[in-house]
Amino acid sequence: MLGILASIIDGVLVGLVYGLAAMGLTLIWGVMDVINLTHGAMIVAGMMGLYLLASSLGVSPYLTLPPVLIGGFFVGVALYWIAIHRMVGRPPLMSLLSTFAVNLVVIGVGTAVWGTALFNVEVALPGASIGRYTFPGAHILAAVLAAVIAAALYVFLHNTRIGKAVRAVANNREAAELVGIPTTRLLAISVGLGVALAGVSGMLIGTLFPFTVLSGDGYQLKSFVVTVLGGFGNPVGALLGGMALGLLEGLVTPFVPVSWTLVIEFALFVLVLIAFPGGIFASRRGAL
Amino acid sequence: MVHRPFFWIIALAIAVFAALPAIGNDVELRESLALAAVYITLASNLNLMLGYAGYINFGSIVFFGLGGYICVWLIDAHNWSLAPSLFAAGIGVSALAFIFGLGILRLRGPFFALSTIGIIEGVQAFAENFGPWGGSSGIYISPQVFQPLGGAARALWVIYFALVAVMGLSLYLSYAIKTSKFGLGLIAIGQNEDAAAILGVPTPRYKAFAYSASAFLPAIAGGLYFFKGAFIQPSDAFDLTLSTEAIVICMLGGQGTVTGVALGAYLYEELRGYLLTTATFSNFQLVISGVLLLVIVLFFPSGLMGWIYSRFPRTKRVLE
Repeated sequence: MLGILASIIDGVLVGLVYGLAAMGLTLIWGVMDVINLTHGAMIVAGMMGLYLLASSLGVSPYLTLPPVLIGGFFVGVALYWIAIHRMVGRPPLMSLLSTFAVNLVVIGVGTAVWGTALFNVEVALPGASIGRYTFPGAHILAAVLAAVIAAALYVFLHNTRIGKAVRAVANNREAAELVGIPTTRLLAISVGLGVALAGVSGMLIGTLFPFTVLSGDGYQLKSFVVTVLGGFGNPVGALLGGMALGLLEGLVTPFVPVSWTLVIEFALFVLVLIAFPGGIFASRRGAL
Repeated sequence: MVHRPFFWIIALAIAVFAALPAIGNDVELRESLALAAVYITLASNLNLMLGYAGYINFGSIVFFGLGGYICVWLIDAHNWSLAPSLFAAGIGVSALAFIFGLGILRLRGPFFALSTIGIIEGVQAFAENFGPWGGSSGIYISPQVFQPLGGAARALWVIYFALVAVMGLSLYLSYAIKTSKFGLGLIAIGQNEDAAAILGVPTPRYKAFAYSASAFLPAIAGGLYFFKGAFIQPSDAFDLTLSTEAIVICMLGGQGTVTGVALGAYLYEELRGYLLTTATFSNFQLVISGVLLLVIVLFFPSGLMGWIYSRFPRTKRVLE
């Protein structure tokens, strides 16, 4: 019994990181109704950033967070101008296809350069013990960092001028434009933020588990599940959804082979979408 | 339908596909055309969802792979002969698609697209864990199974003609659906689903039918393809590249057109063959597909046929 409890707690710790990843996805969705299919590739880019900086330059893994965050932002702004700018306001089919195309390019370059080798970043941190069970230090620190970044995003969106403008654009783009908000620039900033969050969560996941260039698909699917649990376009809900997914994973892992976890999560995704089309924790449209 | 010129254009294309390699007994040409036939089959069936109903199916490869698995498994474990196994694969996968479709097609637009990504993961996990299908090591079939078709060399020709037949049926299916009331309903769904539903198009049923219909021929093509290789494993059967290529082909040729998709498939196959022979490019196949798709989506959303229609308006009457 205690074993299951420990598994659940560990699951929730990891779930916070999934929640952070999903915040990146849901932010872009909430602001411009675009589903970013490069999300998985950006998570992998964060992982590779971590690996390259930590292994070849010998930096401490956690010091790679700022460069990944800043790099992710600029990659995101570039992504906006390349693939999304012309697609905003067009049928969702088109932006799905254009971001999917960029995803192919990124993954293609990644596999051409690194193949499908397994990478592992060693993190030596003391764990916390409760009775016979030890929670790895990396899991705890990743969860704390995820929570801090999520809180920082919340403060940014609610207490700064730019953040408020982002929310205004999400609520009603035309009205925002009428009151003089440069909407295009804010859309680019939102995509930058979303991709930066994906990159950072990838970097954090990289300190927890080994990864390959192709790992992104699985985490992207998890982000979709989390987004659906948390409600579309609702960053706070995404964090709750992440914890819910982590809880589920913790509950399921002792009993089910690992390769089935994604299938169960996917089934949950479909069931939740059918039962609660707006997401479980969703309050209303435009919750951003 | 028989009185329309387009019916005979398709017939001509099939005849050319069947005759060209057979005349000179050209095995190399046959292999390249066989791949083109597979591409045309996958892309024109994907087009039923993507082009007509406006629903992106990222997991069209699931039909192909599952069909391959069912067919190879029936032949290997139950000693069925080729034809009934192919038929069983087609019916089985179609039925599965219909049942799944009734569920996931309640999701609209982008959510359906997302769930098709999940379907790939789900089916692949199933194939990797399912004992009778050999798990992740897959199924080998012994060369003995080629005996009833007159030995391995002749069997390859038989399979090629069967693939061409499947390709022809796919084109006719696309054409028949496009000119039917059913196809009109699908196109209405693609343009505005709510309006279509209000005007009396039974949208959930039509979408599920289209999804199921788009599964039948790819499943048979998958059966033929993996029977030809005498080997199937999850990573080949559910290779995401082929799903992606089918989408690129649809967009390249012009979504929603029959000719465009077939033309796009043929062009893409030629381009790919050319790129694969140069060593630098073979590593970058995904990158090239991606760049191609991006350029089409950004600048030429109506594809090759869009250009032809606007350049030569008269072709609209003949080419569907």
